[in-house]
Amino acid sequence: MDLGNLTIKKLGNMYRAKEVTVREVVDAYLKEIEAKNGELNAYLGIYDDVIEQAEEAQKKIDAGLGTELTGVPFAVKDNILIKGKRVGAASKILENYIGSYDAFVIEKLKKEGVVFIGRTNLDEFAMGGSTENSAYGVTKNPHDTNRVAGGSSGGSAAAVGADLALVSLGSDTGGSIRQPASFCNVVGLKPTYGSVSRSGLMAMGSSLDVIGPITKTVTDAEIIFNTIKGKDTKDGTSHDGEWGEKKETKKVIGVPRSFLGIDGIDDDVKENFEKSLEDMRKLGYEVRDIEMPTLPLSLAVYYIIMPAEVSSNLSRFDGVKYGMHVDGENLVDDYFKTRGAGFGKEVRRRILIGTYVLSSGYYDAYYRKAVLARNKIKKEFEEVFKDVDVIALPTSPVPSFKIGEKSDPLSLYLADIFTVSANIAGVPAISLPGGTVERDNKKLPTGFQLFAPHNREDILFSYGKSFLGED
Amino acid sequence: MIKKDDVQKLANLARIETTDTEAEEFANDLEHILEYVGQVNTLDLSDEQGQTGPVFNVMREDGDAHESGAHTEDLLNAAPDREGNYFKVKKIL
Repeated sequence: MDLGNLTIKKLGNMYRAKEVTVREVVDAYLKEIEAKNGELNAYLGIYDDVIEQAEEAQKKIDAGLGTELTGVPFAVKDNILIKGKRVGAASKILENYIGSYDAFVIEKLKKEGVVFIGRTNLDEFAMGGSTENSAYGVTKNPHDTNRVAGGSSGGSAAAVGADLALVSLGSDTGGSIRQPASFCNVVGLKPTYGSVSRSGLMAMGSSLDVIGPITKTVTDAEIIFNTIKGKDTKDGTSHDGEWGEKKETKKVIGVPRSFLGIDGIDDDVKENFEKSLEDMRKLGYEVRDIEMPTLPLSLAVYYIIMPAEVSSNLSRFDGVKYGMHVDGENLVDDYFKTRGAGFGKEVRRRILIGTYVLSSGYYDAYYRKAVLARNKIKKEFEEVFKDVDVIALPTSPVPSFKIGEKSDPLSLYLADIFTVSANIAGVPAISLPGGTVERDNKKLPTGFQLFAPHNREDILFSYGKSFLGED
Repeated sequence: MIKKDDVQKLANLARIETTDTEAEEFANDLEHILEYVGQVNTLDLSDEQGQTGPVFNVMREDGDAHESGAHTEDLLNAAPDREGNYFKVKKIL
């Protein structure tokens, strides 16, 4: 079976024509996992009921009750809950934790009869851009196993990139779907904030977090997004996506030109980006330079707001309600010991930064300023979207880097420079395979990223399909 | 300048046991990170309003409550220690 060229539509046609059974497809993926996962470490675990799920899906198809997604093999990031299944955010503090309920997105996908293959690796609690912060080892890049798959949804991106699943779910707080998708040469969609419910997603930065698909084609990302989106009473910030102006598009792409001049962007990544813009021009799009002077400050804003929310969200891990418990001399000492031993270094670092920027005396200089700056950035997006339909940027300033290469935390943070603004403003963005660059005689993928106004995923899908030549 | 003692104070607020060696390392990291994020102070934000949007209730009404005890076992099964239908913790007073 040619897994490399398989898409949701093709698979659906094969199922309906009875060319293949769900079991055969699932077995083919399990065989790939058996062969490659030992080295790549994309999956942390394969679910024990994969075959039963496949048989259930087959029954649905045979009874003529199948939908587009019935029997589609999904990988799930290890911070999304499935009832009764092991889930741990790649953290020691959740060792042995079993999901107590289904996430909203899981409920939706169960109704479609998809097959959940296994849970994928990530940076602990989704904090990082390389999966090097996982308590269970790094996920290697399928294009060069000396390099990282990106992060935090590195396992989900590598699984799709290496044909260990047809599609996967990730979560994006500052680029965690798009950056690993770009490193692994696949498509990654960060939907509009609130368009997909966060119920059942382990919280990191609650005003930034969103679940989205990682796929090989834009069409597949669209199918999954249309299935998992929607208002949910269990997430008060979720919505039906019906608000906001839906003006007609004019095929105009804006490029914040001066932002591309920042330090730390590789020349050949920039060249690839220019080539992608040229491709869009040839397809009949107008490419126009735009000014977004506050945009480069998104990263500073992000690294204040996100840790602040992290420090608050992760206070729930106390060794009492679930997860690891380390015994101390008294109750408070239990908390100290459990959290000291259970959280990895980057998680503790971010909790400390968050505690700092929220503490009295520093709140006004950091958190309050960041909230105001966030408003300014949002307005900048709104202003620009009056004139252009989408904004284009590279997904990452560099291709996949070597494992262990970026040991200083700030240098890793800087790799998020082109992705975080979508989370700060809450707008949707997509990373598309945008050509390769050469490092150590290996071809490494880069990403072409498009941002659209709130609730305009439809523009990203339409422009993305024309960029990748999908019908 | 962030010092080791400042980190220990933060760690204390965040209830995280931290060794002195690590506090030293974190002090250095935090110094660099705070210097970077301090860029927000270069912006003119005098036109911006605080982000306290319209206040509305996002919680469900009490009337829709599920049957009492429906999730008790699922949730307590995840606890490191329990006594009957309670989470068990050390004596507080």
